Amino acid sequence: MSEATLSSVAGSAVVNAGRQKALRRFEIGDRIFRVATRSSAIAVLVLLGGVIVSLVQGASPALSKFGFGFLISDAWNPVTEKFGAAPAIYGTLVTSFIALLIAAPVGFGIAVFLTELCPYKLRRPIGIAVELLAGIPSIIYGIWGMFVLAPFLQAHVQPALIATFADVPGLNRLFAGPPYGIGVLTASFILAIMILPLISSISRDVFDTVPHVLKEAAFGIGCTRWEVIRSIVAPYAGVGLVGGVMLALGRALGETMAVTFVIGNAHKIHASILGPGTTISATIANEFTEADGAIYTSSLIALGLLLFLITFIVLAISRLMLMRLEGKGAR
Amino acid sequence: MSRLQASRKARSAIVMGLCYASAGLGLLALALILGTLVWNGFSGFSLSVFTRMTPPPGSAGGLLNAIAGSLIMTFFGVLIGAPLGVFAGTYMAEYGRDTHLTTVVRFINDVLLSAPSIVIGLFVYEIAVVPMGHFSAIAGSIALALLVVPVVVRTTEDMLNLVPGTLREAATALGLPRAMVIRHVAYKAARSGLITGLLLAIARISGETAPLLFTSLNNQFWSSNLNAPMASLPAVIFQFAMSPYKEWQALAWVGALLITFAVLTLSIAARVLGSQRTSQ
Repeated sequence: MSEATLSSVAGSAVVNAGRQKALRRFEIGDRIFRVATRSSAIAVLVLLGGVIVSLVQGASPALSKFGFGFLISDAWNPVTEKFGAAPAIYGTLVTSFIALLIAAPVGFGIAVFLTELCPYKLRRPIGIAVELLAGIPSIIYGIWGMFVLAPFLQAHVQPALIATFADVPGLNRLFAGPPYGIGVLTASFILAIMILPLISSISRDVFDTVPHVLKEAAFGIGCTRWEVIRSIVAPYAGVGLVGGVMLALGRALGETMAVTFVIGNAHKIHASILGPGTTISATIANEFTEADGAIYTSSLIALGLLLFLITFIVLAISRLMLMRLEGKGAR
Repeated sequence: MSRLQASRKARSAIVMGLCYASAGLGLLALALILGTLVWNGFSGFSLSVFTRMTPPPGSAGGLLNAIAGSLIMTFFGVLIGAPLGVFAGTYMAEYGRDTHLTTVVRFINDVLLSAPSIVIGLFVYEIAVVPMGHFSAIAGSIALALLVVPVVVRTTEDMLNLVPGTLREAATALGLPRAMVIRHVAYKAARSGLITGLLLAIARISGETAPLLFTSLNNQFWSSNLNAPMASLPAVIFQFAMSPYKEWQALAWVGALLITFAVLTLSIAARVLGSQRTSQ
């Protein structure tokens, strides 16, 4: 009996040793996995820091040479190595602004249609179709804009615009000059089509967060559908709508290929929005590989840095607004 | 009916009519773009697209080197970017769900998700092309990888957050260490979601042009050398569409059709996978 006890004690010691070893192995494996995942998460942070640091480094020769004047100068001369960002910044802001002006109302309209008016059976397919529009790569919009939209605008829309506003003071300068086809307005149209799905799908999701009881109560006291949307849905969803529009603005500001095809790439600020212009991203895409000389390359990188800072601010604001709405939904 | 009531109804009807019109406009845009794409793409389509190299100006040819280049760089981009993204997403959903680090990373990741891809191209130019001294497919793959990461991080975190905590508790109660719970239970439960994220990431990068323009550049000839410039479909489309040559423009439309078809297939596949998961 004592022998049996002894052997069982010895056996359990062996088992214990084995178990300890296995546990140790688990612990090490666990720790490695934890460290690996944590360092990957930190790597994402480092990535953003790296982007900013490398852009600042690349841009510093140009920024130190031109100083603050880089932002307001409209010179762009590779031969004399004089560069200024004003036309590109102007083009970026104007195309994005006009695109929002067109896409935001239409996008809201689609969202209202999808949440309020559409027959239930069609809701999903149409929603998916609009979202597929968001998945089409930007170069497709670019090639379509250059071969289809620009000739169409040149032949039909732009002459009409010029003729209509020729006698209206103010507007006649905005819609002046020969109809080139390509130009600021065409780029804005393409951008509007590109960000439309984004605005409409975010607005639809935001509209869906409005509690049904609120809408039903408003219908119950005799409000029309438009009054419900304007006085109940819009105020409730306001922050989210603005956040969605800002997100679309961020996308439009940074959009490259679609704009590059149709903007005309002219480093000038035209009063007319029918004239050719350029944007930050189009300038970089068109000229970066051909840039010779350190200052030329550095100026283009400085443009990239500017673009990154502008979009970062816009996107950060939009995220904060959408986050606030999520907090509201949770309550 | 009073006049006030009538005018209110009329106003509502007008606005609702505008909503119908804007939905019609959106669908019309989609139909127009896909329509011209299919029309122009198919009229230039032939078997030689897949068997011949990109031609010099003014002669016939195909897109073989561009298609191969796109596939190679997409493959390596996913190979580099996906593990990083999955690991980071795992940390955010499993180990550090409520930590400061996770909140910050989530915010930064959301910003990176919609950051202009051309800036990513500039970044990779600075860190890869300048030190190496020349454009290369490696640099192109890195640029694509950096675009994969935010998409994968986002879906991984979301999908792992959907896995019920009871599953993890049951596995932990059996004595499984944390790493095994994650790898063998959480990953398996979230598998179709993770694959959906991967498909979305591939769909995103397969049409990306801007970051490739000054990382992998372009190459008119066949090249499987990762350390040299490599052709890609988007870069070839850009070059050919902007050119004055009819043959090149026709090939650009074919390439555009191929990319759109691939991207739409991938996103529809991702959607089907995702909806299967929720209906289970």
